[in-house]
Amino acid sequence: MSTLSRDDVAHLASLARIALSDAELDRMCGELDVILDAVATVQQAPTEGVEPMSHPMPLTNVTRPDEVKPSLTAGEALSGAPEAESDRFSVPRILDED
Amino acid sequence: MSDAPVSYAPSGGPDEVCSYEDTVAAYDPVLGLEVHVELGTKTKMFCGCPTEFGADPNTQVCPVCLGLPGALPVVNETGVESAIKIGLALNCEIATWCRFARKNYFYPDMPKNFQTSQYDEPIAFNGWLDVLLEDGSTYRVPIERAHMEEDTGKSTHVGGATGRIHGADYSLVDYNRAGIPLIEIVTKPMTGVGDRAPEIAKAYVGALRDLLRALGVSDVKMEQGSLRCDANVSLRAKVGDDPGSEAQQEVPLGTRTETKNVNSLRSVERAVRYEMTRHAAVLSAGQTIVQETRHWHEDTGVTTSGRVKSDAEDYRYFPEPDLVPIAPDREWVERLRASLPEPPAQRRRRLQETWGFSDLEMRDVVNAGAVELIEATVAAGATPAGARKWWGGELARRANADGRDLGDMGVTPAAIAQLDGLVQSGRLNDSMARQVLDGVLAGEGMPLHVADARGLAVVQDDGALTEAVNTVLAANPDLVDKIRAGKVQAAGALIGQVMKATKGQADAAKVRQLIMDTVAPEQG
Amino acid sequence: MNHDITRASAAELADALGRKEISAVEVTQAHLDRIAAVDGAVHSYLHVDAHGALEAAREVDDRRAAGDDELHVMAGVPIAVKDVMTTKGLPTTCGSRILEGWIPPYDATLVTKLRAAGMPILGKTNMDEFAMGSSTEHSAYGPSRNPWDLDRIPGGSGGGSSSVIASFQAPLAIGTDTGGSIRQPAAVTGTVGTKPTYGGVSRYGLVALASSLDQAGPCARTVLDTALLHAVIGGYDPRDSTSIHAPVPQVVRAAQRADVSGMRIGVVKQLTGEGYQAGVQQRFDEAVALLVDAGAQVVEVDCPNFQYALAAYYLILPSEASSNLAKFDAMRYGLRVGPDGIPDPSAEQVMAASRDAGFGDEVKRRIILGTYALSSGYYDAYYGQAQKVRRLIAQDFDRAFAQADVLVSPTAPTTAFRVGEKLDDVMAMYLNDVATIPANLAGIPGMSVPSGLAPEDGLPTGLQILAPAMADDRLYAVGAALERALHAKWGGPLLANAPELPTAATKEA
Repeated sequence: MSTLSRDDVAHLASLARIALSDAELDRMCGELDVILDAVATVQQAPTEGVEPMSHPMPLTNVTRPDEVKPSLTAGEALSGAPEAESDRFSVPRILDED
Repeated sequence: MSDAPVSYAPSGGPDEVCSYEDTVAAYDPVLGLEVHVELGTKTKMFCGCPTEFGADPNTQVCPVCLGLPGALPVVNETGVESAIKIGLALNCEIATWCRFARKNYFYPDMPKNFQTSQYDEPIAFNGWLDVLLEDGSTYRVPIERAHMEEDTGKSTHVGGATGRIHGADYSLVDYNRAGIPLIEIVTKPMTGVGDRAPEIAKAYVGALRDLLRALGVSDVKMEQGSLRCDANVSLRAKVGDDPGSEAQQEVPLGTRTETKNVNSLRSVERAVRYEMTRHAAVLSAGQTIVQETRHWHEDTGVTTSGRVKSDAEDYRYFPEPDLVPIAPDREWVERLRASLPEPPAQRRRRLQETWGFSDLEMRDVVNAGAVELIEATVAAGATPAGARKWWGGELARRANADGRDLGDMGVTPAAIAQLDGLVQSGRLNDSMARQVLDGVLAGEGMPLHVADARGLAVVQDDGALTEAVNTVLAANPDLVDKIRAGKVQAAGALIGQVMKATKGQADAAKVRQLIMDTVAPEQG
Repeated sequence: MNHDITRASAAELADALGRKEISAVEVTQAHLDRIAAVDGAVHSYLHVDAHGALEAAREVDDRRAAGDDELHVMAGVPIAVKDVMTTKGLPTTCGSRILEGWIPPYDATLVTKLRAAGMPILGKTNMDEFAMGSSTEHSAYGPSRNPWDLDRIPGGSGGGSSSVIASFQAPLAIGTDTGGSIRQPAAVTGTVGTKPTYGGVSRYGLVALASSLDQAGPCARTVLDTALLHAVIGGYDPRDSTSIHAPVPQVVRAAQRADVSGMRIGVVKQLTGEGYQAGVQQRFDEAVALLVDAGAQVVEVDCPNFQYALAAYYLILPSEASSNLAKFDAMRYGLRVGPDGIPDPSAEQVMAASRDAGFGDEVKRRIILGTYALSSGYYDAYYGQAQKVRRLIAQDFDRAFAQADVLVSPTAPTTAFRVGEKLDDVMAMYLNDVATIPANLAGIPGMSVPSGLAPEDGLPTGLQILAPAMADDRLYAVGAALERALHAKWGGPLLANAPELPTAATKEA
């Protein structure tokens, strides 16, 4: 089950929004197979009845009061923008809205 | 791993639709509603940026809500409490332990390219909301869940023919809205609703809006997008005449569409009705429904095709590692439960009794969305019957004709109370009062001002009134003395007696003037 | 104090500054001179901020001259910061092309604390791209070199911070440790590094690799210096929801006392022996014997699920990373390139082209792997299963800490390898972290201290100490005791044996 086809990797790359070249795709297929073989050993661990652990420390209910804190200025917010216009981030045309 | 890539439905001409009668004669609708409510917290869900509507672009942003590298979220406590309150008011169970999750997908208005949301551990689940239908019956809408999440930024599309997203040259993004707390409330699929589906949809969203307003957790302004509704509709073949029959329930569900951008109560009803008739036309022609997002167009009253929902939509949810679990203990939940206002249904019964309305009158008032307005108007001094007459009658008629919400008519409860006072006192008759209302709606000011400016008043019969005043003055020499001694407020008791003697027909202001003129002309 | 400022420890510098024997400007300038002389060969820094560092130093000197008695004890001691921490006004690239030239508009909480303590920031140190790697060879800006042998790697991902210390270009540095990126570089450069308890140091402003594993921590040449820095950067931060609301453990006092008498030291069966270079194992065994001489007891502990740790780690890390790195999409900051041959590309196409151009191979590999591990239909078998293994490992630690106060192992299985040696063998590279990863999965603190030079290659070896969550002070007690014993045995610090570095012929004007 840990074999990824070239199409699988292409699909994952599209989900991850990385335009892999053909050469990269070829190379990555082989590399990922090696890694997947290694990581698949988690499936041999004695995990029956074991609760998954998402957080290393057992903290709960960490919240902050609903109080306004200073924001950045528009200038600071936009300081790293590849393109900006009228204090907004300028982005290429968006294909469709969900 | 053989998912198709995201594809896009062609945007063709207008769709065929069946008549509503033919639709419900042949098909049984299944309805589901997802409502997104923007909470009215002072700050965003995960950072301290303010949430005010209409601020200059990108001035209510910080490293957190802008998704800058290194920034971390911290949960807004009021956001969590609002979510729990909503859950309680919707008769939900409250999770004893739940986590946030990341919903991963790329979109330019989403700064982190994942939305911090909740997945399989919503804070509230498995509830219901009773809604009142036009025939006076109650329908119990089953609630699947209510969960916490965050809003996205807002894109403006530049260039292209229509200024819409299709054909735009580029887009400009303002992240002020990004990170504003949202609660998503999802109903279970409603089966057995038959031809009442559009009505139930509208009644539910209206009832939910009233509930959220009563809770004080949101300003629920649909036109500003603080309450947004997505309507899921599917049709299946109809079996017999009872939509609730067992045979009907065994028919498998049809393919559904999700209609977005439904941003008024009236649109909810129209959009559901439209999608039902469109599905019916497609199915009747022997074709199949495409599972897709539809966009509702308020102006033309139709939906158009949006993105096709495909299996490729893989959000790769996983527990948000940057936020720790929320575990509301019993004490916290009970404290919030104790803070809840009276549930709207219970409140309606109480108000009906207080106001002395018939069932029919109360139903009309509820359907018109006028309960709160009448309550405020009565509180401002109007008679319940008068308040009902204006809000449930004239104003409701005008709101309906304009396709607006009653609360957005530009007239306040205080103005209606004053108008009612002018009618009750006899200063205005009905036709004059309507003219005054026209003036108020036209922005000419408060009713008294409009009546004065337009010279509207019932001609007063001074002779009869003077006689009544004199009779009352003669019977109350002690009060007359008090007024003469400077205790002007004593006139109130005399005015009351005159009003009583004239069966309320007199203009109270006129009576007062006559009393003062007679008793203490020098103080005129 | 050592007559050469750059050879002095941070504690000595702090003392001399406090007694006004030297000025902060002198200390900072000495390090800037050293950087100019040797960093061409070592390449520890991605960015040097001479102006900002001298400015900060001058301010400390002014305050001290004015008799300001609120000056922090570390005021004027300069520091280098790993380029994964945001620094307002200073470039922050995370070793990636995609962030080339990005200047954050805010400081990480840890950086705010350094500035508040009056510690001049000399510059930003090199690292594997987004901290993915064990050698700095995955830096988009070229590898850093190991001062013990310039043909060898200084460890990773924090090889910039380890080499900067080992080459005396800074007395202190900030590192971050997701699977060993502080400890393994410390081990292969003969320096000290601590990964604090998860939540012990704020992650606000640490550009996340894997949020549930990342932890920033101190790097230095001595255990006491490491503790002094730990005390500056540690503590609760309301901006980090996973921050622990408790005082920083008494790390400085523990380092000063260096007392292990009566302490139970557990040797983890699964983290010794097979797979460890002979000289590494030998120095480890000798170090454990020295701890026994110092009064500790040794027990062997069994952590059977550690065999799955590497696999679980390489599922959890890529999964979280695939999501954390989604924000680098060319829309709000960072590199934006258009796809070749597509006129008028869409936002989606520009994102994909920019991410392909801006990310290096290792980053892309891990993003794809993480995307897979989280995807529908595979989540349970990979990510979900890895989270269960994580719990098993935490339970192994719980049992081990019932038998021992601290656990020890070699930090890394080998000494520093040659640049390029493991670049084409992904799994061999990943195995460098086999001993350090379990601590990150469980959130517990760990430290690497020098244990000597491997006889076969004369390169530094490190000993790892692990303690229960929030017992970071135990690391310092054990580390300092071992350091004291070893220094006595060697007649001085290990780094005294490091070769002289070639220096730039003339100082830059």
